[in-house]
Amino acid sequence: MRYAMAVDTKKCVGCSDCVVACQIENNVPHGYAREWVVELVDGSYPNLELEIRSERCNHCENAPCVRCCPTGASHIVEGGIVLVEHNKCIGCGACIASCPYDARYSHPKGYVDKCTFCEHRIKDGESPACVAVCPTKCLYFGDLDDPRSDVSRVIKNRKYKTLIPEAGTRPQIFFLT
Amino acid sequence: MANRREFIKIAGLGLGGLALSNPAMRALTNTFLEQDSNLLTGGLARTPTYCEICFWKCAGWVSKDSDGKIWKITGNDEDQHSNGRFCPRGTGGVGMYYDEDRLKTPLIRTEERGKQVFREASWDEALDYIADKMKSIGEEYGRECTALLTHGSGGKYLGTLLKAYGSNSIAAPSYAQCRGPREVAFHMTFGEGVQSPERTDIRDTSCLVLIGSHIGENMHNGQVQELSDAIDKGASVITVDPRYSTVASKSKYWLPIKPATDLALLLAWIHVLIYEGWYDKEYVEKYTYGFEYLKTHVKNMTPEWAYGITTIEPDIIRRSAREMAEASPSVIVHPGRHVTWYGDDTQRERAIAILNALLGSWGRRGGFYMPESVEIPDWPHPPYPEIKRSWKDAFPDQFNLAYETLASGICDATIPTISKACNFKTWIVNGTNLLKTIPDQSKVIEAINALELLVVIDTMPMEITGWADVVLPECTYLERYDSIRNSPHRKPAIAIRMPASEPLYDSKPAYWIAKELSKKLGLEDYFSWGSIEEMLDWQLKQVGSSLEEMKRIGVKTFDRSYPDLYFRDGENIEFFTNTGKIELYSTALASEGFDPMPVYTPHPEPPEGFYRLIYGRAPSHTFSRTSNNVNLLDIMEENVVWVNPRIASLWLLKNGQEVYLENQDGIRSTFPVKVRVTERIRWDSVYIVHGFGHDNKKLSRAYGKGASDAELITNVMMDPIMGGTGMRGNFVTFKFEPAKKEVAS
Repeated sequence: MRYAMAVDTKKCVGCSDCVVACQIENNVPHGYAREWVVELVDGSYPNLELEIRSERCNHCENAPCVRCCPTGASHIVEGGIVLVEHNKCIGCGACIASCPYDARYSHPKGYVDKCTFCEHRIKDGESPACVAVCPTKCLYFGDLDDPRSDVSRVIKNRKYKTLIPEAGTRPQIFFLT
Repeated sequence: MANRREFIKIAGLGLGGLALSNPAMRALTNTFLEQDSNLLTGGLARTPTYCEICFWKCAGWVSKDSDGKIWKITGNDEDQHSNGRFCPRGTGGVGMYYDEDRLKTPLIRTEERGKQVFREASWDEALDYIADKMKSIGEEYGRECTALLTHGSGGKYLGTLLKAYGSNSIAAPSYAQCRGPREVAFHMTFGEGVQSPERTDIRDTSCLVLIGSHIGENMHNGQVQELSDAIDKGASVITVDPRYSTVASKSKYWLPIKPATDLALLLAWIHVLIYEGWYDKEYVEKYTYGFEYLKTHVKNMTPEWAYGITTIEPDIIRRSAREMAEASPSVIVHPGRHVTWYGDDTQRERAIAILNALLGSWGRRGGFYMPESVEIPDWPHPPYPEIKRSWKDAFPDQFNLAYETLASGICDATIPTISKACNFKTWIVNGTNLLKTIPDQSKVIEAINALELLVVIDTMPMEITGWADVVLPECTYLERYDSIRNSPHRKPAIAIRMPASEPLYDSKPAYWIAKELSKKLGLEDYFSWGSIEEMLDWQLKQVGSSLEEMKRIGVKTFDRSYPDLYFRDGENIEFFTNTGKIELYSTALASEGFDPMPVYTPHPEPPEGFYRLIYGRAPSHTFSRTSNNVNLLDIMEENVVWVNPRIASLWLLKNGQEVYLENQDGIRSTFPVKVRVTERIRWDSVYIVHGFGHDNKKLSRAYGKGASDAELITNVMMDPIMGGTGMRGNFVTFKFEPAKKEVAS
């Protein structure tokens, strides 16, 4: 099993509902976020292009954050989800420094926190909170090993890219372009 | 104060009297007396609600955490407004409930208006104060001199109170300050309005045309969802906007039009459709009136003519018209929503309606569908007293085509003048921050100062609460029942809102406020229900449901009474217009002395060094209502002013630099706003998101954040047809220090 997500940049309007839903679902303290929205403008008026991306931890197959963690708090569980065990984390911040996507933050309680793909929800057969709430249905989630999953279907039929592939992290979030 | 015993007696009397006069009422659920107390504390795993953060009113569920505290709000899968997915504002609605800046107790003013000096009062004292004042003002000036300005679900009950009291001047700023022109224009053309939610069949359209409408930034949930569905299905989008909006970036054609010239483009499109023969000939022949007049009218309005006005190249005008024609009738030239721009807005909306008629999209799949809603009877009450005067009497021979009350009209009629036959002395304001809603603040303040009583019912301290004589703290939508949501849609459906918790602080629901005030005004016969549960259950039973059922399902969808969502092929249809046809030539406008077909007139342009002030929405905020919501502030805590790089270099402006904006009348923004240098805006305009720049210090997070577009809108271009307040004729320049404070003499 290999959990992954696809983000359709053609449909995303950058409303940040994913961010709000994630914060509430996961009790992320105000002022912090596990997800964020990126807006890239290219060109000059009136020949312009705009790409909007809902971003989060890439749950990399080759995760630098896991390799550099001195206590083993950062680890990979079944399905390839990268997690942080709060009790084991000493808050050293090595993982934050090693992540090319800036996907982690220091929780005021002293540990490092990040996207979990809403592991607690997917265990119950639900989708992550961001996927469930997205008004444009631009987020697709599922098991890459299952060809019938939402995410497998869209990346089969559409062009996509990953972020900073040259970092060699083998990210598992795909951006449909 | 009434004790428990008296309360039961009063309630019992009211019910008995009505049950005698109305046999239907005999079915009143006595069992309710037993059920009442269970409803709140029945251990609901989730509580049905519909959202109050914006007018879309999505239905959903409120869930609690393991401590029994309100945790999250999610969509109801059965709901056509949300399809089970709330927008960021609805998702973040919990922030409204937990906001520690909320109004907590009734307040009575102790000093002059404008200074926020209040004393806390009990509900009984505050309502007595209001009732006594209303009575004495009513005796002196007549009861018609009371107006209700509302933009919230509680307005339903306050409206009943006002009509029972003897006034029908009830207005929502969402008409004259927002969607009024489009409703009038579509009535003039098709005999029906666009309504809310809009009857646009976006999910099945092949071509969506947006005139300044920024769907996706305006987070009108169902509409945004359908846009996404349409993009998935390969629909093309044509966006006309001086700003490269989010949806412009998803469009096949983006037409970066010169602001204030949209009508010229629309007329050129009409010209092309007619003279290239691309219009739906069968539809036009069968259903419309005045085609030959229209053909003659637009004869010279060629793309070449429009090019000189709009800066859109003739070839692009033709190609985009062709795109629409090829999709016809599965095409929507979207009427927009906030359309009070330049004072000729009804005429611009008429041009939009005419385009849709030529494309045959009204009543067709992928165009405009025929919505239905449910007929829900009101709880029986005595007839309302006859009204001798209304807001209309202040404007003899004006605005005859306005179907709803003008909030700005009430404001104007409040300022004492000999010529106006109706001056208002009392305003009851619920859920609308008038100082940020009605343009020309100094006029609004002048009107407020002429009032003898201003009552504000709201959940949060706002600019308007600072001017109130009495402030009544309403509980949030998560803590109250409200009237049944019943909006037109593809299928008729209703939704219920139930309290997920007891009200925090000493706040109360609007229905309770209206009912208690009715007792003090001797109008209790109009609120003869014992409890709100009893009343809602009775209403629900009239349409084949019950409160018990709605508690479980939240949303109930009914079958349509008329099965077809669209016109049948070749169906004979009589439209509700004078001619019974779709009026390309408007006989109603002609008889009122207005242009029967739209005419382009140039609007003033910014003077040198000034830029047109364009404002809009952000997906994470609603008006000025959400700017203190901690969940939404994490997404956007202030607005910024968008400036084209060419202009930025002229003024040596840098990204993130703070500037003040000053308009053509020398009004400078109270607070500075950060500059966003971006290619996404034309060089002749600047753009800010509406709803920021709060100057009420009681909003601890929102105070002083960003600039208020509302205070810079002092030039109002009035629509002579229906009284809409055009707000896009204001120009601003950059200043680098605050306005000099007036020295007190």
